[in-house]
Order: sequence, then structure tokens, then C-alpha cells
Amino acid sequence: MTASINVTVNGKERAFDSGSRLNDLLRVLELDPRMVVVEHNRNIVRRPQLEATLLEDGDCIELVHFVGGG
Amino acid sequence: MTTTVTAQTDSPLTIGGRTFRSRLMVGTGKYADNQTMVEAIDASGAEIVTVAVRRVDLDRTREEGILYHLDPERYFLLANTAACYTADEAIRYARLGREAGFNEFVKLEVIGDQETLMPDNTGLIEAATTLAKEGFQIMAYTNDDLVSALRLEDAGCAAVMPLASPIGSGLGLLNPYHIRTIKKRLSVPVIVDAGVGTASDACVTMEQGVDGILMNTALAQAEDPVVMARAMRLGVEAGRWAYLAGRMARREIAVPSSPATGLLD
Repeated sequence: MTASINVTVNGKERAFDSGSRLNDLLRVLELDPRMVVVEHNRNIVRRPQLEATLLEDGDCIELVHFVGGG
Repeated sequence: MTTTVTAQTDSPLTIGGRTFRSRLMVGTGKYADNQTMVEAIDASGAEIVTVAVRRVDLDRTREEGILYHLDPERYFLLANTAACYTADEAIRYARLGREAGFNEFVKLEVIGDQETLMPDNTGLIEAATTLAKEGFQIMAYTNDDLVSALRLEDAGCAAVMPLASPIGSGLGLLNPYHIRTIKKRLSVPVIVDAGVGTASDACVTMEQGVDGILMNTALAQAEDPVVMARAMRLGVEAGRWAYLAGRMARREIAVPSSPATGLLD
């Protein structure tokens, strides 16, 4: 059995496999990395770094995109 | 800045080193549906289109993002910091917006009052100072106060955007004198942002000599947003040409248009 970690994504806690990276998180959530901006513990993570960034228990992730606004 | 007028020419609008043909900028919020939004923006002739930065809704369809509906190759997407109440929040949103990867521009908003959505100018100047150092081209939404506008220019803003009247109010241009004064005193472009309700408001606003107008609700909440977008495009153009033409002097007396001579006995 794979150990899991808890990560808060957009304000909601979710479980991921231990050893998951940010690109794994996007894949699990079915999000296109070109369409979202990832903030990891308040730091923006650029696309090329998504694969290198390991998730840890208690991390806080914000996934944002552009919506209609004035 | 003086404008040299030659017959039927107008200089293009340059903000932060980028040049635009249209002086009308539009938002993408509050439309009944995306198809109407797309058609209205097309009819407006706008090149600069504002968008907001928000959380992806992980429980809903993946296609709620605006990029599924607007072509970033065709439009210049201007991310805003709407709903930010502190400089720190606005800075965070501005950085996220820039990371979405289209340009270094931000429509900076720091709101000071929930009911009127009046800007917090202290927060604005603080955020603008930080973001200018990070290379942002800042278009700052502010009130129609000259001193605030001057301070924002000093802080390094690429454009200053005083309101015509409160956001979403449609009350039109409440203080033409303040807007004219700001335009006369600033070197950076002055774009009136918020409050325009209909085409005559857009026209009167442009007649004050400002460089452009940004609007959203006036289109999105019109009974027919696409037709209103066309009207706004013409209103902005009419006002711009009227300003460049230079209006006649106002007189408190009547002056006949037909000759007073050559009349019959």
C-alpha cells in the first residue's frame, strides 16, 4: 500500500500518494498545465518546475486561471 | 501632452510601450453567456480585454476558464486584481496573472469600501510601487482625484484610470472637470474606467480629452450587449473626434446662423 499525504488544494484537503509531484497533482485533477497557474505554499511554480516539485504533507496549493471580469 | 491635429488623423494609443488602435477597452464579466460576450467584444472593436484571476473550480466543468472562449492571439488580455482589499493581496493576484503568461500588464485595483467599491489609494500606491519595481506595466483604477492620479504616475504606473462613477453603476461621467484636470496634468495615458452607462456617456467622456475608456457592465447588462457594443464603439469614436476637432465656444446668447443682411424690405 502506498502511503498518502494530505494537501490543501484551493481550500480543500485532498489525499495524494506520497512522492507525488505537482505535475501528478494536475494529472489527477485532470487539469491542463497550460491553462492553470500553480501556487505552492505561496510561491508561484513555473511550468518547467512542476515535475521537479515534490508535494509534502500539509502543503497548500492554489490553482488559478482567468475568468470573466472587468 | 498636446495633440497635433491634422484632418482625419489620430495618433494611436500607446501604453507601456505597446500601441493600440482602439480606445475602447472592455471587460468579460457578467455576461448572460459566453457566446454573447464573444460577439459583443467583437462588435466593440476592443483590443484590450480584461479578465480576473480566480481559483479553478475543481468540482465543475473544466471549460469555465475564459481562455476557452477568447483567443489570446487576437486580444490583449489584461489581468485585473478585482476584489483585492490590500496591497499585498493585489500584488499576489498581479503576480499570478502575469504567470498565466500573456504579458506584463496588470489592471491594478485595491478596493477600500465594499459598498461603493471606491479605491483605497494608499494601498494602490503601495502596490504600484512594488509592482513597478518588478517590471509590471500598471494600469491603476483610481478615483477622480488629481493628487491620487499624480501619485500613481510618480509610483511608475503606465496608465492611470480614474472612474467616471462607481463600478457597475452606469451613472455616467459625474465630474467632467476632475477628469479634464487629471488628463491635463498627467503625462501617462488617462483611461476612464467604470461608470459609463450608455453611448452618450462614452462620447461625453472622450470629449474631455482622455485617451480611452474601459467598460464592462454597460455592455454585459444592456438588453442587447452586441448592439450596445457597436453603439459604444461609435460613441467613443465620436467623442474622440469631437475632442480633436475642438468644440465651438459656449455662448449665453443666440447668434443667428443665417445672414442678417440681404433681407427683404
